[in-house]
Amino acid sequence: MRFTIEQRPEPSVTMRLAAPVIATALTLFVGSILFLALGHDPLRAFHAFFIQPISTMNGLSELLLKASPLILIACGLAIGFRANVWNIGAEGQLIMGAIAASGIGLFWPNPDSVLLLPLMFLAGMLAGMAWAGIPAFLRARMNTNEILVTLMLTYVAALVLSWLVHGPWRDPMGFNFPQTALLPPAAMFEPFDYAYRLTPAIFITVVAVIAMWLFTDRSFMGYKLTVGGAAPRAARYAGFRESSAIWVGLLAGGGAAGIAGMAEAAGPLGQLSSTISPGYGFAAIIVAFIGRLNAFGIVLGGLLLSLLILGGETVQITLGMPSAITRILQGILLFFLLAADFFIFYRLRRLKEAV
Amino acid sequence: MTPRLELKNINKRYPGVVANDDISLSIMPGEIHAILGENGAGKSTLMKIIYGAIEADSGEIYCDGNLVERHNPAISRQLGIEMVYQHFALFESVSVVENIALAMRGRFDLKALSEQVRALSQRYGMPVDPKRIVHDLSVGERQRVEIVRCLLQDPKLLILDEPTSVLTPQAVEKLFETLRQLAAEGCSILYISHKLEEIQQLCERATVLRNGAVTGVADARTTSSLELARMMVGSELPKTSHPPATPSSEPVLEVRGLTAEVAEGFGVSLRDVSLSVRAGEIVGIAGVSGNGQAELISYLSGETIAEKADTVRLLGQPAGHLDPARRRQRGLAFVPEERLGRGAVPTLSLQENAILTGHRRGMVRHGLLDRKKAAEFADHVIRRFSVKARNAQSVAQSLSGGNLQKFIVGREIELEPKVLLVSQPTWGVDVGAAAFIRQTLIDISRQGTAVLVVSEELDELFEICDRLVVMCAGLVSRPLETAETNREEVGLLMTGLDKTTQSRKEVDLALHD
Repeated sequence: MRFTIEQRPEPSVTMRLAAPVIATALTLFVGSILFLALGHDPLRAFHAFFIQPISTMNGLSELLLKASPLILIACGLAIGFRANVWNIGAEGQLIMGAIAASGIGLFWPNPDSVLLLPLMFLAGMLAGMAWAGIPAFLRARMNTNEILVTLMLTYVAALVLSWLVHGPWRDPMGFNFPQTALLPPAAMFEPFDYAYRLTPAIFITVVAVIAMWLFTDRSFMGYKLTVGGAAPRAARYAGFRESSAIWVGLLAGGGAAGIAGMAEAAGPLGQLSSTISPGYGFAAIIVAFIGRLNAFGIVLGGLLLSLLILGGETVQITLGMPSAITRILQGILLFFLLAADFFIFYRLRRLKEAV
Repeated sequence: MTPRLELKNINKRYPGVVANDDISLSIMPGEIHAILGENGAGKSTLMKIIYGAIEADSGEIYCDGNLVERHNPAISRQLGIEMVYQHFALFESVSVVENIALAMRGRFDLKALSEQVRALSQRYGMPVDPKRIVHDLSVGERQRVEIVRCLLQDPKLLILDEPTSVLTPQAVEKLFETLRQLAAEGCSILYISHKLEEIQQLCERATVLRNGAVTGVADARTTSSLELARMMVGSELPKTSHPPATPSSEPVLEVRGLTAEVAEGFGVSLRDVSLSVRAGEIVGIAGVSGNGQAELISYLSGETIAEKADTVRLLGQPAGHLDPARRRQRGLAFVPEERLGRGAVPTLSLQENAILTGHRRGMVRHGLLDRKKAAEFADHVIRRFSVKARNAQSVAQSLSGGNLQKFIVGREIELEPKVLLVSQPTWGVDVGAAAFIRQTLIDISRQGTAVLVVSEELDELFEICDRLVVMCAGLVSRPLETAETNREEVGLLMTGLDKTTQSRKEVDLALHD
């Protein structure tokens, strides 16, 4: 018996709804086998992975704290991705945003100014945009590959950060740790409750999600970008400029990442250190695609990935599983999610034997 | 004598099109047989069926008298049928012999193969150095590689699909010598072309196709080009019933001496193209596609920017430097040849596709989309042009080609342009809708729009156009008044038989080689 894969004439609505359910079921199934093989009770393992992390207030706070930058960056990136502009250097743009914002926070003449946070916000955003502006300029003018340029600039940004925290910006009172002095209180978001780490910076993400939805769903510019991504020749036919899609696509991602970097420095971290981000800039790419480049999908994707990160930590701590296992489980879930998505647009058909 | 290959009642239909309609033909051993027809007549489909690349819906294929029951390219090669495609399939970064080795079955010895290639290519007078990298070869040399690759299999039937479309006259002459030598050794040759002159020069018999059906089998050496042309393009009288044109005195769309060099293999170079369209008339561009129409149209639409602004003039102003958006602002609308991916975004709904070019008509306010307006516009087009779609929310790619064509034509006409460019207005559209589109084009031209139509269908051009130009090899003929010309004249111009253009072409191509 032979099968062939063919495109569905129209995307299947049933599959669109069923895909996440199927993916979850398959993940639970394969995950159970994995846990059993390792000698763990699958029920306990899944409980530790998916329930335990969010069964406390602190857990919920951490969930949102981690989801917030992921969602924020993914919203910015998705605007570019919709237009086939592949910014995979959000990590570097986040770092530059954090550096610029921290620079303002540390060295602004008046450390008590109420303008400090807004200025840092602006600085973070502009620094992220500037860092993304380099590949935009190079692609628009010289047709360089933005995938390579954004990625390489990430390493440049990481080295700049490393140089700053090891050298000129290192805290003289910091026992030689590679980090800056703490930001003054006026340069930081005040947590909702000092028992938890979540700050009002999450509202920035809420605004970004709404803005992203408005932009992609309602604005003409967003429409042009979508056309440019879905059918570049149709965009040229209609006279939509490719260069503006490149600029908007990259600057949106860079700006969002820069703001996320600012919010990290001015939020949970409170200072600049050589490890400012646990890879939010890269994880946000996954979030953007889990969310199908759609604002509300990205919210769900961000929460899911955040939960996977937290759950992974929990099973390592409570069940003593190696960190590789948690990453395998994360991989399995993402794989099934994307694989199930495939069947929204394609189907298997049995081939009749040729006579 | 048993025919080398015999086709009986081959039928092949695609949704909405009959590509091959009850085709029968036979080729004797050692015969050079031509398949003649315009683009879209079903030649390529038929060749792919013979080669086994696609399956016929019904009909039988006999090879040396034996029925071919199951068919695919592998079986073809066992039977000794080899095919040289119009577009070569060579890997550019490796050498000639390595390319040939890739197509061999079983084990091979590169050194021995090199010798074989060298010997064979010498024997048939088409020298190829087996060690050279394909990247460095000219188009003619690449074709030799393809042919040598086929000859190594010792074929009994060689199919060549438009082999001369990329060759200079000198290279054509060499190719013909090779083919005659092959035929003399008993190999049958199926030669696909729309060039009458070549066929008369090379072939013994010609099977002529039109609209997927055989319109006749002629002795290629004794039948006149006029007669062959008539069989090829059809001789039904045009159903012209449109009011006389009252064109403006000044042209609203004008091309002045547009020359655009394109690297060989990347399209057709335009050579000193001039034409003009006045308000209130329809001008048609006839010609077999691939002769520069696509390139010319993209210079007119603005998808390609001209080097000199003055080579394209819109409403009396230089426009060659303007991008498509600015040209549209000045009143240009355009229906491209490709519907999906160019004229419409496949994954977006009709309503969203209305915005693509209709956004100037109140569908965008303060940078935001007015989806209601877009839906109204799309609904109007759907109704007026009887587009078969569930509603304006239907995704463009869910429509049949003809229906999407109606939508795009309708959308562009509804924009009330001053100048309308239309490529292949009725491709794949059913007869009734095609008539409606043609009538609408006539109507808007009579209301003062300048219309330029590119079409491969001569019947269509004769039916709607006031004037015609013919494109061949990047050259545009002088304008012909439709009422004063006829199919034969146009058909001859299409195949490059016009003496003045022919001699120019030869000079240019000779310089090229």
